[in-house]
Amino acid sequence: MFNPRRLFLILVPYSWLFFLFLVPFGIVLKISLSDAALSIPPYTPQFDPEGGWAAIRELFSGFDLENFIWLSEDNLYWKAYLSSVWIALVSVLLTLLVGYPIAYAMARSSEEWRPTLLMLVILPFWTSFLIRVYAWIGILGSNGYLNQLLLWSGVIDEPLVILNTNWAVYIGIVYTYLPFMVLPIYATLEKLDGDLLEAAEDLGCSRFQAFWLVTVPLSRPGIIAGCFLVFIPVVGEFVIPSLLGGSKTLMIGKILWDEFFSNRDWPVASAVAVVLLLILIIPIILFQRQQQRAQEAEQ
Amino acid sequence: MNLPAEQTGDFIPWEDADAKPIIRFQGVTKKFGDFTAIDNLSLDIYEREFFALLGPSGCGKTTLMRMLAGFETPTSGEIMLDGQNIAPVPPNKRPVNMMFQSYALFPHLTLADNIAFGLKRSDMPKSEIAGRVDEMLSLVQLSKFGSRKPHQISGGQRQRVALARALAKSPKLLLLDEPLAALDKKLREETQFELMDIQEKLGTTFVIVTHDQEEAMTVASRVAVMDHGQLVQVATPEQIYEFPNSRYVADFIGDVNLIEGAAKSVTKDAAVISWAEGLPDINAAAPEGLAKGDNCCFAIRPEKVSISAEKPTDAANALPGKVLDIGYLGNMSTYHVELGNGQIIKAQVANQRRLSRRAYTWDDQVWVSFTATAGLVLSA
Ligand SMILES: Nc1ncnc2c1ncn2[C@@H]1O[C@H](COP(=O)(O)OP(=O)(O)O)[C@@H](O)[C@H]1O
Ligand SMILES: [Mg+2]
Repeated sequence: MFNPRRLFLILVPYSWLFFLFLVPFGIVLKISLSDAALSIPPYTPQFDPEGGWAAIRELFSGFDLENFIWLSEDNLYWKAYLSSVWIALVSVLLTLLVGYPIAYAMARSSEEWRPTLLMLVILPFWTSFLIRVYAWIGILGSNGYLNQLLLWSGVIDEPLVILNTNWAVYIGIVYTYLPFMVLPIYATLEKLDGDLLEAAEDLGCSRFQAFWLVTVPLSRPGIIAGCFLVFIPVVGEFVIPSLLGGSKTLMIGKILWDEFFSNRDWPVASAVAVVLLLILIIPIILFQRQQQRAQEAEQ
Repeated sequence: MNLPAEQTGDFIPWEDADAKPIIRFQGVTKKFGDFTAIDNLSLDIYEREFFALLGPSGCGKTTLMRMLAGFETPTSGEIMLDGQNIAPVPPNKRPVNMMFQSYALFPHLTLADNIAFGLKRSDMPKSEIAGRVDEMLSLVQLSKFGSRKPHQISGGQRQRVALARALAKSPKLLLLDEPLAALDKKLREETQFELMDIQEKLGTTFVIVTHDQEEAMTVASRVAVMDHGQLVQVATPEQIYEFPNSRYVADFIGDVNLIEGAAKSVTKDAAVISWAEGLPDINAAAPEGLAKGDNCCFAIRPEKVSISAEKPTDAANALPGKVLDIGYLGNMSTYHVELGNGQIIKAQVANQRRLSRRAYTWDDQVWVSFTATAGLVLSA
């Protein structure tokens, strides 16, 4: 039956998806099938809206997969994709290691403190992301605050080289993406019934066993959600590796930037973006399914 | 106690001076900050007992139980299990298991794994665990449900899994915190009998917490009535009902008529209580320690009060009044009779015949009567 209210409700998210995802993706896909050219915009063929059917046919005849073949031939790109995925995986692990204890401590703190702690986790989002990453340059540099502190306290004699290494990238990523890990884990831990832990102890578990056998499995939906929420954006991360990473830090986001702005090779850059999206679609679908299952389990 | 229990069985270890209690509370006090939840409490519980802690919400029942399980430590005093002070033993090392009011079943594990949870932490060989789990599942009649998760079964079934899980390790002592509170009335009554069967079969000592006096009376070998962190009376259900030691207990357990008065004359075994001007005094058995002139309270259960149209000639006590209200309960009727001074006496009469016409109706003048030993004079 036709129901205008329902139609409207469906139309809003779908038109959002259409105009803000599918249309831009279509444009990027089109550019990725084109050839680089010295023109504005810098590719060919270009669509002439006045040409009618003939122009469209001409447009399609100009498309080819040259850029994608180029990506597969130059192993720089594959290495960058692999390296990005690897850096994202390591970052997920590090973020989890740092984030879980924070979420756990928040969930175990007294009820009156929880809103404040939650605020503190979200607070960094209220200042510019760029400024926060720049601040790490000041902290991690060879004359930075960290080295000054360590030298002053006598832990080291020579300044540590952290900035412009992968370590700096990991520190930046963990710092930036920590809330994405902490919040979903906190949400599951906060719901955890304290009786379950007492029941586990009553049945012979030590505190640690109770944590491992009850708390961890019951917070699994939060852990999985947090891991995806960190992994997906980190694979394409550009700002952190380019500000904190060195010349050896290979990430696909940086390559993308270079192709677009240094080489002005829009078609290759678009091809890089299309492949990145295809790589990310798998974890995104897995994440969606996991969320759905978690929701069903709650009902 | 002034009279021995009307026990039919021989299981009365609390009257045996040589019997060793399995649990002994010795002057236990528990404070939360300034608040005293348990106040200098001493109590013995014997092996194979089905012991009920009864009291209003907030009187300290759960706190008492959590001290047995090891989740709270006494502020002062000692708790002995089999003669050993258990204060230094952590909860996971105590031969005590607890069934939680919320059941606390692990939602991520199947029923079988829930029951096996404690066994896997014990020194039971792996090969025997599955057999023990099956045994426990069949004990609570859930053999077919072992592979289900807790959210796939009903509330009553969850209650039974929680019981099976708590019993799986064969604890010396099983603690049940309001185990039936979440069930509806009918299921609750059935489950009470199931609990008694299981307790009898296993011979485990059960300590049950409840605020439902009927439940305590039904299941328990002894009942401890608590108030504000103290024990008011510890006795068998029959003793508690027939010989409450205080107004508090009489009022808390079952229905009771309480009449305030003063002892006009006291002999060795009879007391005369004057309680209202212009109305006959009450003749009752005298309790120990009652002296002439003492204020006291006469307590009598509604089912021990008779009601008649004419003044009975042979009754020790007969009081005139008028029918104020009639409550029809199916198996019996409760008459609320207002006496001359406004005091209301409840009289319960069994409906032995199907009622076509009530013997008395609203505003009828009637007499309520009872024998001299039907009620109890309470000094406190
Ligand atoms: N952890 C605690 N901190 C402070 N007060 C508590 C705590 N546990 C129980 N109490 C208080 O002790 C009293 C007895 O509680 P509880 O043993 O749970 O009563 P019951 O089980 O008889 O309803 C209550 O007034 C309760 O508020
Ligand atoms: Mg309680």
